[in-house]
Amino acid sequence: MIAAAGIDVLQPRHLKDALIMLRVAADEGRPLVPLAGGTDLFVTLNAGQKPAARYLDLWRLDKLRGVEALGRRRLAFGGLATFTDSIESKAVHKRLPILVDAARQVGGVQIQNRGTLAGNIENGSPAADGVPVLMAADARVVLRSLDDERAVPLAEYYTGYRKTVRRPDELIVRIEVDVPEGGQRFEKVGTRAAQAISKVVMAAVGHRVAFGSVAPIIVRAHKLEAYLAAGGRDIGEAQRLVAEDVTPIDDVRSTAEYRRRVVANLVAAWVPSLDKRTATR
Amino acid sequence: MKKAKTKTNAKAQASAKAQANTKAHAKKKTKAARSPKITLRLNGKKAAVAAPPMKRLLDTLREDLGLTGTKEGCGEGECGACTVLVDGAAVNSCLVASCQVAGCDVQTVEGMARGNAKVAARLHRLQRAFLEHGAAQCGICTPGMLMAALALPKRATLDEIRAGLAGNLCRCTGYMKIYDAVAQFLDGERR
Repeated sequence: MIAAAGIDVLQPRHLKDALIMLRVAADEGRPLVPLAGGTDLFVTLNAGQKPAARYLDLWRLDKLRGVEALGRRRLAFGGLATFTDSIESKAVHKRLPILVDAARQVGGVQIQNRGTLAGNIENGSPAADGVPVLMAADARVVLRSLDDERAVPLAEYYTGYRKTVRRPDELIVRIEVDVPEGGQRFEKVGTRAAQAISKVVMAAVGHRVAFGSVAPIIVRAHKLEAYLAAGGRDIGEAQRLVAEDVTPIDDVRSTAEYRRRVVANLVAAWVPSLDKRTATR
Repeated sequence: MKKAKTKTNAKAQASAKAQANTKAHAKKKTKAARSPKITLRLNGKKAAVAAPPMKRLLDTLREDLGLTGTKEGCGEGECGACTVLVDGAAVNSCLVASCQVAGCDVQTVEGMARGNAKVAARLHRLQRAFLEHGAAQCGICTPGMLMAALALPKRATLDEIRAGLAGNLCRCTGYMKIYDAVAQFLDGERR
């Protein structure tokens, strides 16, 4: 049981109202915490961690729902697009199939039905499953405030552990992806396939590659990417470079040493597939 | 022996009274905070309940609406014991704000049987399949399993049944009998 009685919730029906509420609250110095499906938020509330006093419930903003296919390689996910939306979208299957793989491994169906991509991004967990895929695919996060809109590359969205560039008056209204050419690969290494938080996640699109659970934030492996983009294919060198891209730690789920080893192994298994014509999944 | 029993009874009565008092007090407090009224469809009927907006749907169902069939397991979305259907989709009611189901269609395990659930003939076909297959041991996961299974597509294969129930943990580990029961139910639905 949580002490729900003292928690305020605002429930706008229109995006504009939501943006006004965010602005007013930000100006008052009492920012509202956006609430979508609640699958992360309620875990911290239920654990008795101090809740923010005020929430902004986005669930009624139907305009933010769903996934749109724009052109042959382009996808636009609404700010409330759920993991189930991605699993059920033919456009996502066709353009970014590794996002479907990742979505299917996010908790059970119950979580997939409520959890949103935007929430997965904003929550800022370094172990998020959906974020590495979107980051490897060069996704942009579209932030809107009452008077402007800006698109931030997901790879530049995090400023530190669970810290993002979102201002308190802004809302993630859309996530846009122009899926780059090339094979796609998604690997989640955890204790078991379903219902487990990862020890290491790797997502790759072409030579772009992102890792989860190996740093305070989800990271792109820039050194490794530069080497691969220049045509480098030596596995030993690739492993040496990726070791500089990641900074894993020991925690409840795994050890830094194990994570380094797994990252190296995943890279060794992935690099030889880079020049094959068929997509590897 | 007799004396001890009387003492225990008296103790139990006192504690029940104390509990009732706390409950009444809690109710008063909630009223004082003027919980907004939430209207919804619950198991096919209109329902209204006054609950704080961020109260977990699980708690509102159990405490305010008296539907204790929905169980709490982990309280963090791992075990699925609290699964209910909101507009037909399986959700963990321990992770849903009560205010978010206003105007929604909520289904709980209590809505499955038609009439007296103690009469086998009144049970939902899926419940009967669970009985026939012995698909319940301690029973804590059963309401959640039933609700998650109800949300499966009629054509679900065994793999899809497994994936659809992956968010429901059974610590008695009687999964095979559960899958068998669900498969038999879906098979009947297809005919």
